[in-house]
Amino acid sequence: MGTQPNARGTESAQSHVLELDPELPPPAVDDAVREAEERRWTPGKIALWVVISLLGAVAWFMVALVRGETVNAIWFVFAAVCTYLIGYRFYSKVIERYLLKPDDRRATPAEYKADGKDYVRTDRNVLFGHHFAAIAGAGPLVGPIIAAQMGYLPGTIWIIIGVVLAGAVQDYLVMFFSMRRGGRSLGQMAREELGVIGGTAALIATLLIMIIIVAILALVVVNALGESPWGVFSVGMTIPIALFMGVYLRFIRPGKVMEVSIIGFVLLMAAIIGGGMVAGTEWGASFFHLDKTTIAWGIIIYGFIAAILPVWLLLAPRDYLSTFMKIGVIVMLAVAIIVVRPEITVPAFSEFAGRDNGPVFSGALFPFLFVTIACGALSGFHALISSGTTPKLVEKERQTRFIGYGGMLMESFVAIMALVAAISIDRGIYFAMNAPLALTGGTVESAAQWVNSLGLANVNITPGVLAQTASDVGEESIISRSGGAPTLAVGLAHIMQQFIGGPGMMAFWYHFAIMFEALFILTAVDAGTRVARFMLQDSIGNFIPKFKEASWRPGAWLCTAVMVGAWGAVLLMGVTDPLGGINTLFPLFGIANQLLAAIALAVCMAIAAKQGSFKFLWIAGAPLAFAAVVTITASFHKIFSPLPAVGYFANNAAFAKALADGKTSFGTAKTEAAMEAVVRNTMVQGVLSVIFVVLSIIVIIAAVVATVKAFRDGGGRNHEDAPRPSRVFAPSGLFPTAAERELAAAWEKVPAAKRFDRPGHH
Amino acid sequence: MEPQTETPPGSLPGTLLRGLRGFAAYFRGVLGADAYRKYLEHHEACGHSAAPMSERQFWRDRMDRQDSNPQGRCC
Repeated sequence: MGTQPNARGTESAQSHVLELDPELPPPAVDDAVREAEERRWTPGKIALWVVISLLGAVAWFMVALVRGETVNAIWFVFAAVCTYLIGYRFYSKVIERYLLKPDDRRATPAEYKADGKDYVRTDRNVLFGHHFAAIAGAGPLVGPIIAAQMGYLPGTIWIIIGVVLAGAVQDYLVMFFSMRRGGRSLGQMAREELGVIGGTAALIATLLIMIIIVAILALVVVNALGESPWGVFSVGMTIPIALFMGVYLRFIRPGKVMEVSIIGFVLLMAAIIGGGMVAGTEWGASFFHLDKTTIAWGIIIYGFIAAILPVWLLLAPRDYLSTFMKIGVIVMLAVAIIVVRPEITVPAFSEFAGRDNGPVFSGALFPFLFVTIACGALSGFHALISSGTTPKLVEKERQTRFIGYGGMLMESFVAIMALVAAISIDRGIYFAMNAPLALTGGTVESAAQWVNSLGLANVNITPGVLAQTASDVGEESIISRSGGAPTLAVGLAHIMQQFIGGPGMMAFWYHFAIMFEALFILTAVDAGTRVARFMLQDSIGNFIPKFKEASWRPGAWLCTAVMVGAWGAVLLMGVTDPLGGINTLFPLFGIANQLLAAIALAVCMAIAAKQGSFKFLWIAGAPLAFAAVVTITASFHKIFSPLPAVGYFANNAAFAKALADGKTSFGTAKTEAAMEAVVRNTMVQGVLSVIFVVLSIIVIIAAVVATVKAFRDGGGRNHEDAPRPSRVFAPSGLFPTAAERELAAAWEKVPAAKRFDRPGHH
Repeated sequence: MEPQTETPPGSLPGTLLRGLRGFAAYFRGVLGADAYRKYLEHHEACGHSAAPMSERQFWRDRMDRQDSNPQGRCC
């Protein structure tokens, strides 16, 4: 097969190829009818979009330009929702109409590969929830909080505009292209489209990036649970609860997923309440009072065991629990913010917006704000979910806009709510919680003194307030609880107690928040370790075929150990880092995540070019250029910056020199061992940065080469599965249009037996 | 995704009940609790000659296949 130029007018060309069953109603609304419906602007429709636009404009004005004492949180909600609606209605429609050109006459993999197990046509609204639960986790909850160091406005703009023009675009494109390719994974698509070098670089980069992401997510949990007996107890209890649920589903009542999820949820609540009681007793407080290194080792051992245990015992039940909590928590947070409408006193741009030495994360606003907030604006990790899993479940091609683009808008909204929760607390508390121990000193007195010495406007914190906040949320201390999760938990507790329960409930809400963040993260750690292990097994299998056998225990265990060892090492490095792990490692997390996004967008651009859609290549090209510039600049800062606070190697050199000079304490490292740790850590971080950026540049260059080649040839080879006629119909968006309702009614009349092919199964 | 039994339309408790049922059905779908029902539907629609797996077998098979075919969860 040679090249198959596939220029404009694809849609009409394909309809000739597809021989639809004449006995059935058409599987798609007629193009002309749909077109006329979309282009018809009734006065009601115009009025609706005028109102949405005006409300959005007023909200943005209130958030971005009005400089009063405070701004109400409700304006963040309006600015976000109105922008999402406009982006969804207009921009995603442009992508659909001019770049992707979905054709509902074509069957999706869920139809032509239907097996009742992996390939199952799924109701679009259900799949929206399912996809959302798979992409959303702790990422959008912590990134915006860490970024709040710079004030609320830079983060707000990036989250809302970034998702419309980049994040949701990536998810939508990857999902669509994967669906057209029978649900192939990003790695497989990269290999097909970019060739061996680009594909291999993409695979190695993906693997390394997954290790970093898992490690830093685990670091967030460790920081949230360190020295917190209540948190350790209640999060620890999720393991026996999940085991119980697993056994229940396997042996007692198989398939009763809803029932066991409700039981699990009740047990979870009991674990949170019980955690308060246990932490209140003397033995409980001492037994569950663990330092961060111990917890990190606990998570590493847990991660290994969880990844080699059968899925049914731990991972699947934990996943049910996590999904259950995810939907519940997000609905609850949205309702609470709309009901409580907290006043925000944080400035739009803080004193740190113009500096590169902030205590929460280091580096200048450009590029580091854009990597600190990854999930919620643009998250490369989503490309792994949007390819592979969800495309096998999509019922009709046109639904990918709602599920892919719309699902990511929803995640962005979660990020906005997390941001609102974090900035609704006092700024003094925010900095006391998020700065490394080396700066705050660890006691309420030293922390208050340090925060007040920063010279922040309207910040005057007393040790009493810090101690009171800690006791309100049922913790010994809230000083230097970095990582974002504890700050979100305080913010959420602050909002939720005004909604349900009053101040007496703050401790419960705080630990409720810690619990669900830990639950999301541990689920991601389990699943990430497993996925990474299989990728490694598959890669080694190319040289030693035995490794490809998933059931070969020694291979599985060895690869699991390698993966856990890799992220465990990074985790321990972060936990013991004298500079405060989050401060130095979180940018690496963001860079890794967005380099993955750049890889995904590069693959999408190459595919679009091979389709011959050169006029609309910018839809993937523009976010790719932005992500590439941001992440490569950030990587170069991290690699080449002469400032020790920013550059890994500069820091490495500074500490190495101090050691060579015979100093026994340098900067925040108080001992020689700590200084050696800094030298080691910065070297590892620096080398990782170099590897990431080199691999990503290789992938991007491979994609650009493929794009240019396609441009010269007027198209390229099409790797899509052959089109097959669809024998089903379903509406494409949340609300069916008039034409869709009419067609659905015609399909209702078709007897079920006539609807499907009877593929010969073996 | 339709509720199984019909309640008289128009009455407030009926509407509420239908709404709740609809939500529960939706939630079940998102969790994947209706996977066996969908498998049976597929099995029937395809006209397999062999008997379908029992509910217990189906869930065992589903979980065991996930062992060698892991699904990612995002951050």
